Amino acid sequence: MTPNARLGSGDPSRSLVIRRLRKEYVKGHPVLRDVDLTIEGRGITAIIGPSGTGKSTLIRCINRLVEPTAGEILFMGQDIARLRGRALRMARRRIGMVFQEYNLVERLSVIENLLCGRLGYVNPVAAWLRKFPAADIAQAFDLLDAVGLGAFAHQRADALSGGQRQRVGIARALMQNPDLLLADEPTSSLDPRTSVEIMELIAALAGRMGIPVIVNIHQVDIARRFATRIVGMAGGGVVFDGPPQTLGDDRLKSIYGGEGWLAT
Amino acid sequence: MTDIPANPSGKASRSLPGMGWGAKIGWIVLLAYTVYAASLLEITWTRFAAGLGHGARFLGRMFPPDFARWQLLLQDLAESVEIAILASAVGIVLALPFGLLAARNLMPDWVSWPARLAIAVCRSFHPVIVAILFVKAVGFGALAGILALIVASIGFAGKLFAEAIEEVSLKQVEAVRATGASFFNVITFSVLPQVLARFIGFSTYQLDSNLRNSTMVGIVGAGGIGGTLFAAFQRFDYDFVCAILIAIIVLIMLSEAVSARLRATFQ
Amino acid sequence: MNGDQRAWERFTPRQRMARFVAYFGMVAAVAVSLRTIEFIPEFLYDAPTQMADLFRRMWPPDAKFYPTTVHGALVETLHIATLGTVMTVFLALPVGLLAATNITRSRTLNLFAHFILVSSRSVNTLVWALLFVAVFGPGALAGTVAIAFRSIGFVGKLFAEALEEAAPGPIEALMATGAPPASVFTKGYWPQVQPAFWSIMLFRWDINVRESAVLGLVGAGGVGMVLDDAMNLFRWQQVATVLLAIFAVVVAAEIAVNHIRKKII
Repeated sequence: MTPNARLGSGDPSRSLVIRRLRKEYVKGHPVLRDVDLTIEGRGITAIIGPSGTGKSTLIRCINRLVEPTAGEILFMGQDIARLRGRALRMARRRIGMVFQEYNLVERLSVIENLLCGRLGYVNPVAAWLRKFPAADIAQAFDLLDAVGLGAFAHQRADALSGGQRQRVGIARALMQNPDLLLADEPTSSLDPRTSVEIMELIAALAGRMGIPVIVNIHQVDIARRFATRIVGMAGGGVVFDGPPQTLGDDRLKSIYGGEGWLAT
Repeated sequence: MTDIPANPSGKASRSLPGMGWGAKIGWIVLLAYTVYAASLLEITWTRFAAGLGHGARFLGRMFPPDFARWQLLLQDLAESVEIAILASAVGIVLALPFGLLAARNLMPDWVSWPARLAIAVCRSFHPVIVAILFVKAVGFGALAGILALIVASIGFAGKLFAEAIEEVSLKQVEAVRATGASFFNVITFSVLPQVLARFIGFSTYQLDSNLRNSTMVGIVGAGGIGGTLFAAFQRFDYDFVCAILIAIIVLIMLSEAVSARLRATFQ
Repeated sequence: MNGDQRAWERFTPRQRMARFVAYFGMVAAVAVSLRTIEFIPEFLYDAPTQMADLFRRMWPPDAKFYPTTVHGALVETLHIATLGTVMTVFLALPVGLLAATNITRSRTLNLFAHFILVSSRSVNTLVWALLFVAVFGPGALAGTVAIAFRSIGFVGKLFAEALEEAAPGPIEALMATGAPPASVFTKGYWPQVQPAFWSIMLFRWDINVRESAVLGLVGAGGVGMVLDDAMNLFRWQQVATVLLAIFAVVVAAEIAVNHIRKKII
C-alpha cells in the first residue's frame, strides 16, 4: 500500500478520516474492503479506478446515501457512519454533492433548484410557500452568475443542456456553503470539452471558497490535470495514493490491469 | 383470398400480422363462452325480443320528458353536487397521506403494507354497498352519501397517487436528500414537482367520478337525486325519469368542462 | 447588476390570478355546500359508535351461508360482468370508430358518437339497470345489458383515443395501394390499436366485476340480490359473508387483470 501523500496542512477542521470502511450490498461480497483514507481539508482529491470497484459507493457512504456496513467516517468531530435522523441531516448540510446525471428536479426552475441547497435550513411551511431568506436568494443569483447561467434563472431545469445542468448541479451544491464537496463522476455524461469546462468550474469555485473536493472520475487525463492528489482504487481497496506527477503508466497498469488500453 | 402477387391487398394480408391460429381459437372460445353463459343466465332470444317490444313502449312513455317538477329536480341535483364536492374535498385530502404512505419506494414495508391494504379495502366495495352500510350507521340522508364517497375517493385517488409517487425519479429525490433537507422538504421539493400535474388530473377525475356516483347513492337512501329517480321509477313516472336522466347528463358534461378548465389552470 | 432581475416570484401575475380564482372557487364551493346541505352533526359524531356496533353484529361471518346461497350468486355475478363486457366489444367498436376524428371525417357523426359516449358514462350502472329491469323484467339479462351499456362510454372513449393516436404511416401506405376502407381498418389500424383495445377491455372487466356485485339491489341479478335480502332481514352475519366473498372476488379479479396486462404490454 502506498503511503498517504502529505499535501500541506489545509483546514484541519474540514479534514475527513475514513477508517476500515466496509460495504457489502450482498452479504459476504464486500464492494469496499476496509478502506482507510485521510483527506486533508483542502485541494481536489480524485478517485480513479475501473468501473465497479467501489468508487461511487465510497463517495456515497460519506454522506450516507449508501449505508456503510462497518467502519468510521470522521468529519467535523463526528462519526457520520453512526449518525441518525436530525444529526445526519445536520451533517449532510455541511456536505455538498454533484451527481453524474445532475439529478436536478426537472420540473422546477433553475433558481428553485439552487434554493434546494438551502432546504436543510428552511422549515417546511416556508419551503412550501417558497419563502426563502433574502440572503439565500441573493446568494443563488450570485452563484448562478458565477457558473455563467445568470440569464437562465427562470427556465425550467429540463430545458437546459447537459453542461448547463451540471453547472446548476454545482451551484446547488455550493449553495449549501459546504465544508466538503463530493462529486460522483461529474463529467461522465458530458462530451470531452464540456467535461474540462465543468472540472475547471469545480476547481475554480471550490478553490475560491476554500472547500476540499473529493471527485470520482473516469478520465485519467482530467484527474491528472485538476487533482492535487490521486487515489487509485481496484477491487474495493486503495492501491495508489499520491500526487498526480507520481502516477506513472506502471501505476495505472496496477490500477486498471492490462496495458493494451494505454496506447489509445 | 388471392394468389396474384400484384394484388396489393392480398400482399398486405400476408405481410401484416393477420389472424393467426391463436386469435382464431381465442374468438371461438369467446363465442363458446358467450353461448354457455347466456344459457346459464337464462338469456334467450325470445326474452330479448320481447324486451325490445317493451323497450319501444317504454321509450314512448319517456318522451316527451316532463320538466313540470323542475324545482324538485334542481333541488335534488344541487344536493348531489354538494355531496360530490364535500366528498371530493375530504376524500382527496385524506387520499394524499394514504397514497404517500402506500408508496413502496419512499416508505418501509411495515408502513406501506397497511396503507395499501386500507386502499384496497376502500376500492373493493362499490360505493353503493358502502353507502348502504353508512345509511345503517348514520341514517338516511346526504351524510351517508358523503361518507360513502369519501371512502371511494380514498380507494381510487389513493391508489393513483401511490402509483404516481412510485414512478418518480429517485435521482431527483436523492439529490435533495443529500442537501440535508428534512423529510417534508424532500417531499415538497423533489416528489411533489414530479407528481403535481398528475395529482391534479387524478383529483379532477375523482371529482367527476364522485359526481356520477352522487347521482346514484340516493337509490339506497344516501341523499341526492338518486332517491327521486328511484321513486319515479317505482311510480312508473317514466317521463319524469327521462327529465332526470337528461338533467344528470347535462350536469356531468358541465362538470367535465369545469374539470378540464381546472387542469389547464394548474398545469 | 440589475436589481429587477434578481427578484424572484414563482408565478406570473396572470398565473397567480388564475390560481387565486380557482382556489377561491374551490373554497367557496365547499363552504356553500357545507352551509346548505342538510345533515345532522350529531349523526356524524355518533357514526363511529354505530359503525362499530354494525361490525360487532357482523362478527363472526356466517360460513355456512356461503356454499348454500352466496356461491351460486357470485358465479352469476361473474358471468354478468363477463358477458356484459363481451357485449361491449360489439357495441363499443362501432361507436369508437364513429368518434375517432381520423377515421370518421364527418363532424356531425363525431359529435353524435360523443353524445352516445357521454350519455353512457353519465348514467350510472345502477340507473341503467333500473331502466333495463323495466324493459326486460328482473333478472340477469337486465344486469348484463346494463353492464354493457355503461361500458360503451368508457371503452368507446379510450378506443377512439387509441385510434386517433395510431401512426398514420402504415395507413397512408395502405390507402395508397387503393385498399378498401374495411381492409385499411383491419390491416392498418387494428394491428396498431389491438393491444390497447384488449387492455381497455380487461380494465373494464375488472370494473364490471365490482359493479355487477350491486346490480341485485335493483333486481338485476347476481350476488347483490342475496346481499339485499340479508340486509332487509337484518342478518348481519350473512351480510358479512357476502361482503367478504365480494372482496375476495374483486381482489382476485384485479390481480388477474394486472397479471394479464403485464403480459400483453
